[in-house]
Amino acid sequence: MMLHIKNGIVIDPKNGIDAEKMDIFVKNGKIVEESEVKGDVKVIDASNKLVVAGGFDMHAHIAGSKINVGREMRPEEMRTVRLVAGKFRASIGRVLLTSPAIGYEYAKMGYTSAFEAAQPPVGALHTHEELDAIPMIDKAALPVFGNWHFVLKYVAEKNWEKLRTFIAWAIERTKGFGVKVVNPGGVEAWMYGGNCKSLDDEVPGFGVTPREIITALIQETENLNLSHSVHLHCNNLGTPGNYETTIESMKLASKFSNDRRQVLHVTHVQFNAYSGSSWRDVGSGAAEIAKYVNSVDNITIDMGQPIFGHATAMTGDAPFQFTLHKLTGARWSNKDSEIEGGAGIVPIGYLPKNPIHALQWAIGLELGLLVDSDKVVLSTDYPNGGPFTEYPYIMAMLMSRKMREKELERVSPYVQKATGLAAIDREKTLFEVIQMTRSLPARVMGLDSKGHLGFGADADIAIYNFDPLTVDVTNDFETVYKVFKTSAYTIKGGEIIAMNGELVKEVWGRTFWVDATSKVEMEAIESDLDEMFSKYYSLERQNYGVEESWIKKPERLVMG
Amino acid sequence: MAEEVNIICTFCGSVCDDVQFDLEKFKGKKFCKLGSSKFSKKERIKAPMIDGKEVSYEEAIEKAAEILVNAKRPLLYGWASTVNEAIRLGVLLTEKVRGVYDQCASVCHAPGTLALIEEGVPGGSLGEIKNRADMVVFWGSNPMEAHPRHPVRYSVRAKGLLIKDRKDRKVVVVDVRKTKSANMADLFIQIKPGYDYPVLSALRAIIKGEEDAVPEEVGGVKKEQLKELAEMMKSAKYGAVLYGLGVTQSRGRDRNVENAIKLIQLLNRYTRWIIWPMRGHYNVVGAGEVPAWEAGYTYAIDFSRGYPRFSPGEFSANEILQRGDCDAALIIASDPAAHFPKVSVKHLKKIPVIQIDPFPNMTTLLSDVVIPSAVAGLEAEGTAYRMDGIPFRVKKIVDTEYWSDEKILELMLEKVNELQR
Repeated sequence: MMLHIKNGIVIDPKNGIDAEKMDIFVKNGKIVEESEVKGDVKVIDASNKLVVAGGFDMHAHIAGSKINVGREMRPEEMRTVRLVAGKFRASIGRVLLTSPAIGYEYAKMGYTSAFEAAQPPVGALHTHEELDAIPMIDKAALPVFGNWHFVLKYVAEKNWEKLRTFIAWAIERTKGFGVKVVNPGGVEAWMYGGNCKSLDDEVPGFGVTPREIITALIQETENLNLSHSVHLHCNNLGTPGNYETTIESMKLASKFSNDRRQVLHVTHVQFNAYSGSSWRDVGSGAAEIAKYVNSVDNITIDMGQPIFGHATAMTGDAPFQFTLHKLTGARWSNKDSEIEGGAGIVPIGYLPKNPIHALQWAIGLELGLLVDSDKVVLSTDYPNGGPFTEYPYIMAMLMSRKMREKELERVSPYVQKATGLAAIDREKTLFEVIQMTRSLPARVMGLDSKGHLGFGADADIAIYNFDPLTVDVTNDFETVYKVFKTSAYTIKGGEIIAMNGELVKEVWGRTFWVDATSKVEMEAIESDLDEMFSKYYSLERQNYGVEESWIKKPERLVMG
Repeated sequence: MAEEVNIICTFCGSVCDDVQFDLEKFKGKKFCKLGSSKFSKKERIKAPMIDGKEVSYEEAIEKAAEILVNAKRPLLYGWASTVNEAIRLGVLLTEKVRGVYDQCASVCHAPGTLALIEEGVPGGSLGEIKNRADMVVFWGSNPMEAHPRHPVRYSVRAKGLLIKDRKDRKVVVVDVRKTKSANMADLFIQIKPGYDYPVLSALRAIIKGEEDAVPEEVGGVKKEQLKELAEMMKSAKYGAVLYGLGVTQSRGRDRNVENAIKLIQLLNRYTRWIIWPMRGHYNVVGAGEVPAWEAGYTYAIDFSRGYPRFSPGEFSANEILQRGDCDAALIIASDPAAHFPKVSVKHLKKIPVIQIDPFPNMTTLLSDVVIPSAVAGLEAEGTAYRMDGIPFRVKKIVDTEYWSDEKILELMLEKVNELQR
């Protein structure tokens, strides 16, 4: 199908277009020049409407054993009915959603890509089964590396060739997208009841430190020049005073650079941005982090913004999840895994009047406001900070001081003394917010065809009932919030999939994976792989991994 | 040329993936008794049948689709011995016909799911037990008979990263009788039937330092022995409780598991412990995981309102059947006629029943439509989850005329869509 999107007001940060009246043409799922579109063309009248690229959620937990245990542990989460079965699947869930609901809710909001941010290596196939059950959007998964014994061993031996080869092998076997690192070393320490809270804590049994693991993984990810950089969930998450660990971790990237993108993405930074020495004097370290991130050009972050209401903490950071369970007394699921990794799941909620929750809420916003818009991606770390369906709330808050003032009235006064939020005048522009939700995440992931509306881009487009030339985003924040909740049109790969909050057509997106195997000689690690599988793992090496043919719509990105 | 290939066993929840199959002799190697009996020439359902008469696959599937579409509230039950791809289609089919999805766990390990809802589950993979566990407690489970290779592959004799020898690991069996598994234990503790809960409570009290609250004997176990066990647990570096139906299907059921989980939560304040169920059928985990991501719940799911609702004890198969609350049934990869109470089977006999299974069983005898299928792991491939949730792609190594469960359900869903149009 060909499309002519007529008279829309286009914001396309990557191509430097800021609210210009333009026409967009679509053919064979791509954005093309006008001359290529002839004959049977469907015209969409976008007069007085905002036209942007489809949203890109680069960090969400949408598929795999963690979210599924979350669903199983929390049937109370599943009782919200969003759609009765008919032309589309039944769709249910409050914050935790079923797989069909995830695809549908993204689509209704104008989002067309979402990446699973933590794929346990041992459960790689499960993650792909769930990704395959999510309709409407493009997707990918980031396998978790930071506690994998091969990594710890090669870092200890300083055998960079083997480490590099292992990364390429592991991404191919998991059909993953990049190198996710969760609490490096800390999850291995958890197997002995410990953790690695500082960058120099030694990992039991391996004689390495988080500092060495992070540095080595950045080095070899850059040597492979993967599509995406190292994606780091820092050590010491959820602890007062941890902002210093975060900045220290960021500094490990200082000797690396890449022309295309950052060399280190630090994720859900809100959870790693606390000052103070205990929960009694905890405060915000957001300003210091923002200062550091703004001063360098090789680091990006995402917010991890909490949304008041229900949420479920689920991370590969198993020792943190146990701490959270002890702190709140809530239910606790844990999974220690061979092919090494761990995970924990604990229900949480964010209450405006709770000083700590309000603090977390304020820190997320501080990060969103204080960090340059080409370095901070909007995220809730779904479902850790809450639902992705509240992204419009974050967008509106970033653009309107007035809205923030109004919201500050209902939250714990603790934020007034513990954070600088109330004093921040800065209002992000619509252009910047579009950048933080479209072009930036696509760049962070290294996907040239996403996040923009230039010729050759994927025809993933969102149109909103909203004229940026007349609406005052700082005063009409209620309109902004409402408008971004449901698109007027969501177009995925050139097809209209949702209109005005109603689904139109079910489509199945692609699953991207990265193949860097041609850049290494597998021979280097063959015998190590055989040895680990035969001695320590409970499955045969030949039965480990995911084949491309098992995935519904795989798209292999060969690293050249 | 005699060809021997690696396959993945699709009998019990251990899902052994190190077994070999000799294609020429049609015989397995390294299998346990249970596995080798499944992977040998067995009596099969010859052909699709409607009311005992042989028909084509298409005819049988068409008839099955009609039954499902004409029913007000069909029950679609079984699923534990087929692959995820088939289960997924089963969930979609149940949603389409607004029926009830239930699976074998509802008469087996579902109390563990209820405990998960109450407390969560601190667990780990079998490889972690092999590598790290210096203490393993089999509680109400009997691996020597139910999961014969579990002890050697994962939990008793298995060697790994930190456990280099059988002597490095303490093995305890807690049960109401001296099972075969008790013979391999360093310590066997016999408790009175129905006393799991108080024994677990006593252990919690002792570990918490409140042993004064514990009487001289609990559930037939002397306080001294409980203190010994508690001390062993507290001083282990990495322990695992592996529980079975002795816990989930005796007095207390989900409350027993909940109490055991609370014990593990407590132990993790001193050292590392995990707890995990010894799941039975090879993909009973998948039969819960797949509906969880497709429909939010693992079993006892009613779609009669067009969206999934979960209510164990209301929408679980036996309760539905005993209330006479379904007017047709599709039974796949299971044999309720042999295993369900008489009153449940009585209702099954009254309603149209569709069966999908490679092998004839008691349920075949009361089924109106019988659709034979390929054996997953031998004649059909697909994904299955080992008892610890680790996914495996089970293999097809033999050609067959039989359709796979996946193919059968795919066509059935298509026919249902046509009929509903």
